[in-house]
Amino acid sequence: MAKPKVAFYWCASCGGCEEAVVDLAEDILKVVEAVDIVFWPCALDFKKTDVEAMEDGSIAVTFINGAINSDEQEEMVHLIRKKSGLIVAFGACSHLGGIPGLANLTDKESILRASYLTGPTNVNQEKTIPLAKSPSPDGELHLPELKANALALDQVIDVDYYIPGCSVPKKLILDAVTAILTGNLPPKGSVLAPTRTNCDTCERNKTKPEKLTISKFYRPYEIELDEEKCFLAQGVICMGPVTRGGCDERCIKGNMPCRGCFGPVDNVYDQGAKFISALASLFDAKTDEEVQAIVDTIQDPAGTFYRFSVAKSYLGHKVS
Amino acid sequence: MSSDKSGFEPRIVAFLCNWCSYTGADLAGTARMKYPANVRTIRVMCSGRVDAQFVMKAFAEGADAVLISGCHTPSDCHYQEGNFKALRRYYLLKKMLPQFGIEPERLRLEWISAAEGDKFQEVCTEYTEQIKKLGPSPVKKGVKNG
Ligand code: SF4
Ligand code: SF4
Ligand code: FES
Repeated sequence: MAKPKVAFYWCASCGGCEEAVVDLAEDILKVVEAVDIVFWPCALDFKKTDVEAMEDGSIAVTFINGAINSDEQEEMVHLIRKKSGLIVAFGACSHLGGIPGLANLTDKESILRASYLTGPTNVNQEKTIPLAKSPSPDGELHLPELKANALALDQVIDVDYYIPGCSVPKKLILDAVTAILTGNLPPKGSVLAPTRTNCDTCERNKTKPEKLTISKFYRPYEIELDEEKCFLAQGVICMGPVTRGGCDERCIKGNMPCRGCFGPVDNVYDQGAKFISALASLFDAKTDEEVQAIVDTIQDPAGTFYRFSVAKSYLGHKVS
Repeated sequence: MSSDKSGFEPRIVAFLCNWCSYTGADLAGTARMKYPANVRTIRVMCSGRVDAQFVMKAFAEGADAVLISGCHTPSDCHYQEGNFKALRRYYLLKKMLPQFGIEPERLRLEWISAAEGDKFQEVCTEYTEQIKKLGPSPVKKGVKNG
């Protein structure tokens, strides 16, 4: 029997998801033996024309990481969708918009300005910023154009499955690949990770006081973090109550609160708003003044509660 | 944003708790007190039942403003703590909404008891006027991404 054809593609991502695949180390060999990799721009030399030449639907599964924030990525994922049986959104950016989605809280001009002109480490005396089209002695040059907002993959093409995480843990990749190769898959649209929250499995949960109340919030660097106590009980924002488990609480075990990269659990759409609802139960405050004083200690609520999921929030981006 | 004052009829979604505010609204109705048709009421069991997701979804779907109304604090909530949850969510949302480009005035919290039909009428009338002045929500229908 011919080996199933598999492809990997990347869009707006940091490379961490590619790294996660490579980090499978010897386990990747098992995967490589079982499949035929037909397209993987990060690791192997294939071109867009190679994909165009493939028969429609001939790739069994393509794993796509990264958010979609350029016209080129949009065009590529449409092409890949046509050529693939299954599309798996791989990693937080593809699943939820991820870190590139934070850009949706500002506008394109400000991003270009900050990245190319005003950044403290920039040296750019000619004030060059990338343009979709620019003249050159050899004719007009074309670059991919940045979109106004970063999108999750399923906001651009139909997605069959999601593997969450920034980046995706090894176990989830191997489980997903095994499920796909053995045809042992849950219903279309499923996130291939547990349905419970991080709090459900977190070791620190048992340190939570009977009635947990918070009277001031701290950012992780502002206090000495206890290694055993629940972060919320220390006044540190932890997204564990509303974040899907399956990462083995790796940040928490490294003494950092959960930032929410696995996204919401099933039946929750808007992770950040859900977190607001959950957090409100914990305030040690009953009057307008008391509540306001606590809210004042939270910096950047949108960027904190939706660190990975602005694109997949109800609003999706800053409106104007 | 003070555009379109002529003929702009805001859509205001009002989440009213069953035990106080909804009964208050009902009283306004039975007493034939007029309040603007701009306010579309949704009955919830308690103001503490109003998940912040409901508010964000209402804005995403084109509400020009959202009103949450529950029983008077500190002690009138039928479930004791619900109105405190509403109060905290309200301040959290108010701080966050501008980051999404939504003016904080588009969210309002009120405590209206079952006997305060007149207060319900006043709040609705006054809030409708305020939102008319503020103009339509910056969310264009359907929230266009990309
Ligand atoms: S809030 Fe965070 S630290 Fe506390 S139990 Fe939940 S996941 Fe663990
Ligand atoms: S603890 Fe939270 S932020 Fe860290 S990997 Fe797990 S889900 Fe992601
Ligand atoms: S029952 Fe009215 S606010 Fe809780």
